[in-house]
Amino acid sequence: MHFRIYRFNPETDREPYMQEYTIDDLDPSLMLRDALLHIKAQDETLSFRHSCGEGVCGSDGMNINGRNGLACVTSLSSLSEPIEIRPMPGLPVVRDLVVDMSQFFHHYRAVKPYLIVHDPVPEVEFRQTPEERDKLDGLYECILCGCCTTSCPSFWWNPDRFRGPAALLQAYRFLADSRDQATEQRLNELDGPYRLFRCHTIMSCVDVCPKGLNPTRAIHNIKKLMVKNSI
Amino acid sequence: MGDIDSIASSNLVTLARRKFDTLVIGAGGGGLRAALQLSQADANVAVVSKVFPTRSHTVAAQGGMNAALANVLPDNWHWHMYDTVKGSDYLGDQDAIEYMCRAASHLVVELEHAGVPFTRLEDGRIYQRAFGGQSQNFGGEQAVRTCAAADRTGHAILHTLYQQNIRAKTHFFDEHFAVDLILDDDGYVLGALTLEIETGELLLIEAKTTLLATGGAGQLFRTNTNAHINTGDGLAMVLRAGLPIQDMEFFQFHPTGIAGKGMLITEGARGEGGYLINKDGERFMARYAPKAKDLASRDVVSRAIAVEVRDGRGCGANGDHVFLKLDHLGAETVHKRLPGICDMVTTFLGIDPAVEHIPVYPTAHYTMGGIPTDRDGRVVAPVNSGEEPVPGLYAVGECACVSVHGANRLGGNSLLDIVVFGRAAGNDINEFLTANRYHRPLNDASVEQALTRLARWDRTGDGESVSQLRDELQSTMETYCGVFRSDEVLKEGVDEVLALEKRLEGAVLQDHSKTFNTARIEALELENLMELAIATVCSALERRESRGAHSRIDFTERDDVHWLKHSLFFKEDRRLDYKPVRMKPLSVESFPPKERVY
Repeated sequence: MHFRIYRFNPETDREPYMQEYTIDDLDPSLMLRDALLHIKAQDETLSFRHSCGEGVCGSDGMNINGRNGLACVTSLSSLSEPIEIRPMPGLPVVRDLVVDMSQFFHHYRAVKPYLIVHDPVPEVEFRQTPEERDKLDGLYECILCGCCTTSCPSFWWNPDRFRGPAALLQAYRFLADSRDQATEQRLNELDGPYRLFRCHTIMSCVDVCPKGLNPTRAIHNIKKLMVKNSI
Repeated sequence: MGDIDSIASSNLVTLARRKFDTLVIGAGGGGLRAALQLSQADANVAVVSKVFPTRSHTVAAQGGMNAALANVLPDNWHWHMYDTVKGSDYLGDQDAIEYMCRAASHLVVELEHAGVPFTRLEDGRIYQRAFGGQSQNFGGEQAVRTCAAADRTGHAILHTLYQQNIRAKTHFFDEHFAVDLILDDDGYVLGALTLEIETGELLLIEAKTTLLATGGAGQLFRTNTNAHINTGDGLAMVLRAGLPIQDMEFFQFHPTGIAGKGMLITEGARGEGGYLINKDGERFMARYAPKAKDLASRDVVSRAIAVEVRDGRGCGANGDHVFLKLDHLGAETVHKRLPGICDMVTTFLGIDPAVEHIPVYPTAHYTMGGIPTDRDGRVVAPVNSGEEPVPGLYAVGECACVSVHGANRLGGNSLLDIVVFGRAAGNDINEFLTANRYHRPLNDASVEQALTRLARWDRTGDGESVSQLRDELQSTMETYCGVFRSDEVLKEGVDEVLALEKRLEGAVLQDHSKTFNTARIEALELENLMELAIATVCSALERRESRGAHSRIDFTERDDVHWLKHSLFFKEDRRLDYKPVRMKPLSVESFPPKERVY
């Protein structure tokens, strides 16, 4: 199988370049991560993040044949050759396929991604009906891989001010939680021209999410809540 | 070696330093629960993690967390305690088990208040499912004790704990690799030397207490359910500090890893009503565990699968696995209760588990052994005829051995373990900080061992590669230290691993750059795995009985007269020592060893 992989080491390279690798006898039912490990066994200078190997830790987001995804759940048989692998776009490259995700996590932290309850808590669990709990499905499963946010043109234009789809999905995860008591505060903090409203419904985020989540719908629901709260 | 020494010394002069009240190494559930307790008490906490916190392996825990909430069927913590003691094959320490089971309900509620999106019952309370080894009324009917957020409970708990730490303003050092502990001449632990992966720069973190929460060492085995990062770093650091590690011969093989690949299929799949069949379509667990059947303890089910395959009743073209059957549960239950499993099975096998059977085989899963601690999370070491805490050092979670899991952990008790003892350690550290207000002086000489360890990998020239040696180590452990063991095979295993250790001395890196050098990190991880492989095979060779996950074909019975005791392995001379099991609980009667049937 034929691979073209983005390489850049700031210590030795003045600019990035694409390196070709050919690996014979790869079982096409393997995942892309297996192939990258194969390549790394021969050329240990290739750097990329990875860990769980089953799509739950969110480490190995990368741009695969032009589309963001997780290497560990992308099967080789689904990819046309040469398989071109680049770091996720829109964030500074640290080295090879490793990007600096500081800005991504800054936006995540900025939406206060934790349950806020003002009342005294009971000595037992909060009651939440199965229907109320169902509203968190499609939201809480986010693994913070960054595939969505780094495929979003609005984020590329305003990475410092637009929160991006991943952070906004998290914002809605707490707005949608029947236990949370900070709705107004959360909505106020998202108001203004940039943080939320830079979303132009391009829907790249939905297209690439490896967990099948829908940040665009979450953003739409936040807007609906804003309207409802303002009247 | 002269040049390496001079590199080490020059590093010492320019070494960056930070000071905190307490250092937590590892950002899985155990580390984050402890950090939260400390940050909320206004201690100055640094959490060092070699990956971004939500990448920690707690995220992959599926089925749930045990607590006798009695939301579905009658239950109480005492029954949970009995099941855990029995599950441990009586090697668990009963004071710690009582402590954990008593704390469980309160801590689940605490997690729920912190935001964990538990699945709900119709009345709005937390959903619970059946899991293996659970009973009502001390060995009676199946209990329903495992609190679940679908089959993503670990993800839900880890993210919630990280989020609460953001709120509590814990300091995070993401993508920093802990190299070694720093000790003074009096045996106090003063912090750790860390390596920032992105820049390759060293950072010495000084702290009045250091908590190890570095997780297990599943990467010892070729086919495992663990993440790439599970290399037992904390355990190896403890060995290099001259301290022993405990019960390493007990490694859990989970009955249902995807055959040949290793991804975990939660025990919750059997808890929801799934069961195992052999090539004849027979529900074979009925022969091995007439009452509990597929929900017997993991060691029992894993051995049964291995025997079925060995005796020619395996499924598939090579007869090398059995099937997990879920189709009789109906698509709605399977998709609603086990959505993560459905995704995974579709991705890796291309089948829908609500329609087709899943090929499974026992897969290396959990390190029961670990760093010996007491129930406050304090690391303990033998002193004269007893044991004493190592001042300033704590350990919790899979890297620790309290021991609440003994010779075999029950499903649903690991997520419980990390929050119970993470919190307990946090509380004890707070007391330690009150009594020890100042940092002890740190002698530069104490850092040199760690610097020398790093400098060794700066060597250039020819030598074997780290990835080659890692592959061979994993295959060796799988061959010589698997589900069934014997004197002959284990002796060969010791020789094989020692030969690999020798070869590791000659290994050389091709990549010497500083920026995000994952090759260097993997070399340091392999050194850690090598220490633990030696500890595991040596401990397994000595234990001449079968207990829990440790099955000897040459000593098939449990031997309480000679072996109702914990192993302690020391790096120096590969020495083994033993200590008694704490059979006395805190407040109830002891559960004496008896025959273990399910």
